[in-house]
Amino acid sequence: MKSSIVIVSFFLLGLLFGHFEIIPISAVDNDLSLFALCCLMFCVGLSLGNDSNMLKRFTMINPRFYWLPVATIVGTLLGCAMISFLLPGRSIMESMAVGSGFGYYSLSSIFITEYKGAELGAIALISNIFREIMALLLAPLFVKYFGKLAPIAVGGATTMDTTLPIILKISGKEFAVISLFHGFILDLSVPVLVTIFCAF
Amino acid sequence: MFIAIGFMVLGTLFGFLLRKKEFKNISKIITLLIWFLLFILGLEVGANPQIISGITSIGIEALVITLAAVTGSAVAALLLWKHINNRRKDFHEE
Repeated sequence: MKSSIVIVSFFLLGLLFGHFEIIPISAVDNDLSLFALCCLMFCVGLSLGNDSNMLKRFTMINPRFYWLPVATIVGTLLGCAMISFLLPGRSIMESMAVGSGFGYYSLSSIFITEYKGAELGAIALISNIFREIMALLLAPLFVKYFGKLAPIAVGGATTMDTTLPIILKISGKEFAVISLFHGFILDLSVPVLVTIFCAF
Repeated sequence: MFIAIGFMVLGTLFGFLLRKKEFKNISKIITLLIWFLLFILGLEVGANPQIISGITSIGIEALVITLAAVTGSAVAALLLWKHINNRRKDFHEE
């Protein structure tokens, strides 16, 4: 939670700097942010590939639960596709690109800004922050009405770190490895799906 | 467009090949890069008067998309949960 606040503070700081023209926007050209993004993705990949214990643990999961990340992705995208008809000026692809953040607001907003501009990037940032907050605060409600897997599905890409403690508390400790596995797959899917939906 | 994903794949391969090695500072570097990139996103949003003046509608739009995404994923999780439990029952009856 503390690290989330720091991340959002950096966004707000940039907002102020940009609004009051303390740093001219021309000072930061597009190549620099793309370069930083590529460095970031390399490091993210490095940390995922380097964690060999994680991969070993995944073999202990009951195969039926391998479908959970698929359910999360399909459910999220269907919801976003349907709601886009109610949003004037927002295409299906844009709505699904925002949804493909799965709560990973930092990465998804950075990607969408790079490909689609700052407006949709801002929507992605706010929307995915909302998703993480809902996953944290409403987990008891989701368990009650949608079953024990729902807090994990709603947590999206965050079930490996920020929302893991609350999931263990609400759904039960036996969901620890499933939650980690789910977060791992969703983390990987964010850049891929966001890029695909931004390409159209 | 797919260049960033290419870098992630490269990183994953690297990380897997060097899995005996520990990268202690990697999460710090990730955090720094995220701070930097979100600062730039803020800069772009702040410098764009159109976005600033429309921030309420942007917020509402974001909330609507989130509600749709959350509901969709919760329903999908419910269907999977029911499916898994039904099969468990069948298994016990056999």
